[in-house]
Amino acid sequence: MLFYFFAALAIVASLLVIAQRNPVYSVLLLILSFGALSGLYVLLDAPFVATIQIIVYAGAIMVLFLFVVMLLNAPHEETDFDERTHPMLRPGPMRFGAVLALGLIAELAWALARSAPRSTFSNAPITSVAAIGRLLFTDYAFQFEVTSVLILVAMVGAVVMARREDHGAKR
Amino acid sequence: MPSLNDYLILSAILFTIGTAGVFVRRNLITILLSIEIMLNAVNLSFVAFGRALGTIEGQIIVFFVMTVAAAEAAVGLAIVIALFRHRESLNPDAFTALKW
Repeated sequence: MLFYFFAALAIVASLLVIAQRNPVYSVLLLILSFGALSGLYVLLDAPFVATIQIIVYAGAIMVLFLFVVMLLNAPHEETDFDERTHPMLRPGPMRFGAVLALGLIAELAWALARSAPRSTFSNAPITSVAAIGRLLFTDYAFQFEVTSVLILVAMVGAVVMARREDHGAKR
Repeated sequence: MPSLNDYLILSAILFTIGTAGVFVRRNLITILLSIEIMLNAVNLSFVAFGRALGTIEGQIIVFFVMTVAAAEAAVGLAIVIALFRHRESLNPDAFTALKW
């Protein structure tokens, strides 16, 4: 029963995210969607993922988004299309993208209904965070280190790209 | 008791919502948010598969996906800020020129 509650919450919140014109509301609704997903992870016996979903996604990434939205101070999406806009990108043909998305969901539902048997979760759950950590630092130690390099590169890249250019001229 | 298929269908729906958001919205921030929805849909199916197979690798890869998503959000938002300084706009159609 809880599954359907969280699933409905996630779907409705995600739909509202892309239905909003104001990005601030979009970000806040996406946090709600991530909270529902975190509940689903708890139902899937993955408490570690549920926790980092809240801490990292809702707590860090979404705050970063909210910060940028408020920094740019451009809350409302522009609805007017200037003459530079390609004819295929104006509002009428753009609805075609939504139709394509409906086609994608139909294909996915068809594939799922056709191929996968209705399996239930019969295996014993592994909920231990210690098991995750042990695997992360033994079998996946190299990937873990590569990830740290990736974060360093992303941090340097973000600082370099978001820097004002006149700072470089003054140096 | 929901089955694996229920989780996969939910994941497919969320992924499609993210895809539709990328197509329909005309705001760089909302497009990045739609990408986050898609990443989370994939994360959900990873965890559901890992639970169904009784392995822990599903949760490990979710950890890596979240790390990459954080890096992507940081770099993407830095690009958005740099673009906004040039054009005072978040509409992706304003950035069609290669040079200005």
